[in-house]
Amino acid sequence: MKSEYKIIKDIIKENTRVLDVGCDDGTLMELLKKNKNVDIRGIEISKEKVQICIAKGLTVLEGNAELDLKQFPNHSFDYVVLGQTLQAFINPEIVIKELLRVGKKAVITIPNFGHWKVRLNLLTKGTMPVTKNLPNNWYNTPNIHMCTIKDFVKFSEIMDFKIYKSLALMNKNVTNINNHNLFFKNLFAELGIFLIER
Amino acid sequence: MNIKENIKTLIIKKPLKLDCGQIIKNFPLAYETYGSLNKNKDNAILVFHALTGDQFVTGINPITNKDGWWTYAVGPNKSIDTNKYFVICANVIGGCMGSFGPNHENPKTKKIYGTDFPVITINDMVNAQVNLLDHFGIEKLFSIVGGSMGGMQVLQFVSNYPDKTKTVVPIACTSSHSAQNIAFNELGRQAITADQNWSDGKYTSQNIVPDKGLAVARMAAHITYLSKKGLQEKFGRKLQERDDLKFGFDADFQIESYLRYQGSVFVDRFDANSYLYITRAMDYFDLVKQFNGNLSNAFKNTKAKFFVISFTSDWLYPTQENKDIVIALNAIGADVGFVEIKSDKGHDSFLLDVPDFLKALKNFLDKSYSE
Repeated sequence: MKSEYKIIKDIIKENTRVLDVGCDDGTLMELLKKNKNVDIRGIEISKEKVQICIAKGLTVLEGNAELDLKQFPNHSFDYVVLGQTLQAFINPEIVIKELLRVGKKAVITIPNFGHWKVRLNLLTKGTMPVTKNLPNNWYNTPNIHMCTIKDFVKFSEIMDFKIYKSLALMNKNVTNINNHNLFFKNLFAELGIFLIER
Repeated sequence: MNIKENIKTLIIKKPLKLDCGQIIKNFPLAYETYGSLNKNKDNAILVFHALTGDQFVTGINPITNKDGWWTYAVGPNKSIDTNKYFVICANVIGGCMGSFGPNHENPKTKKIYGTDFPVITINDMVNAQVNLLDHFGIEKLFSIVGGSMGGMQVLQFVSNYPDKTKTVVPIACTSSHSAQNIAFNELGRQAITADQNWSDGKYTSQNIVPDKGLAVARMAAHITYLSKKGLQEKFGRKLQERDDLKFGFDADFQIESYLRYQGSVFVDRFDANSYLYITRAMDYFDLVKQFNGNLSNAFKNTKAKFFVISFTSDWLYPTQENKDIVIALNAIGADVGFVEIKSDKGHDSFLLDVPDFLKALKNFLDKSYSE
């Protein structure tokens, strides 16, 4: 199991209503359904992935989170999950607002652009970093709004939302992020996982 | 054509109050079934047909001797698997394949109804068909499925009978007929009534048929079922059995010949007055208005699981109109999935061999059934 999914699974409480935004092939949805008995829906932009989800018996809407979240009423889900896609939206500010309108809470994961390898890559090569987690070139990457863990923490102040839980994933180890270790986590974590609320 | 021998008919004794105010009773509803009803009676799927369809969903239609209209989707091991499910389909009232329609005799006047037949609606159609459940002793259907006008009946059915189905599959349809939809239907009706043979709808008693008008109606409608790209790829500017233009008004182009053929075969199997009545029913369909502008209210009493399907090249009932149904369902937290299938085959995609569509439909039904 992907470590990221295991962390999300541990965050989400049983018997809740969950919306997985950008649900991909439904792996996380299945995991949550099986282990947490959640009532779960997905949104996915790729027709092929939607077909895979249907074949798994999952309830998925083909759609674009930037356009299609508005159809959901306020707080119609206990959790909205957004896995590693915030950076791919044209307007992350609006997406965050929408996630926190539709969900009572949101679970957001971000690939950390502050990781030392990324920094070193840019420092030594002088070109946009290409790493294992971020394998695309600057001209063909879907990740148009990369941010660091520190950026996201700052973003919470700017956008006025609360971070209830912030976890760092490095080498499959999960640790808490706090004000004291933020500098180091921002340097060593591959992924940041946040539970947020308006 | 020996219609009676090959048509199963249920006589509906219970009075049905139509939207127009008239009450009908002891009227026939023609239907067909495929597969078998299981012991628990929980494997039944009610399929609703579109404008020119009938109850002969799959296999050979005994009246036309051609394939049923949904042979690609319905049959053993197909999307709607008749090895597994019991499929029921009825000819809509107002139709011409045995159900109560304008070519029936009016018991009061002993004459063919013609345009004296009451104007019927989608709501009337489903209220007539729900009687089939009692007939078969089915408490709750496993699914209701239909494309185009069949999809409209699906929406109306679940709205009227929220507890009578476990799953709901509206395909390539709308919750409210648009001005463009009405316009095309009106064109068809005008073509029929402009044919002298129509004779104010009394053609049957005069032993004539408004075949020219009905053929033109079919030709115009047929264009709306296809996409521009599909037409261009299939026909382009190809000429019909000739090397050059003939500088006349014969069918120079293959597309002309194709449409003329479609028109000519249609008149052999369809009744002109039925065409008027059924297109009228579609035009009157407005589930949004029925619920005072809030489509969500149409579905607020059902716990059924929905799966909405649209097609990229369908400009008659475009994706957005299908999505409006999804939006209304999400607004009340209903269980709804949605997929837009990529296809160049236009509105007709749901009737044709479109593998992604057939796969999605099969997966949805089979997974929901085993849940």
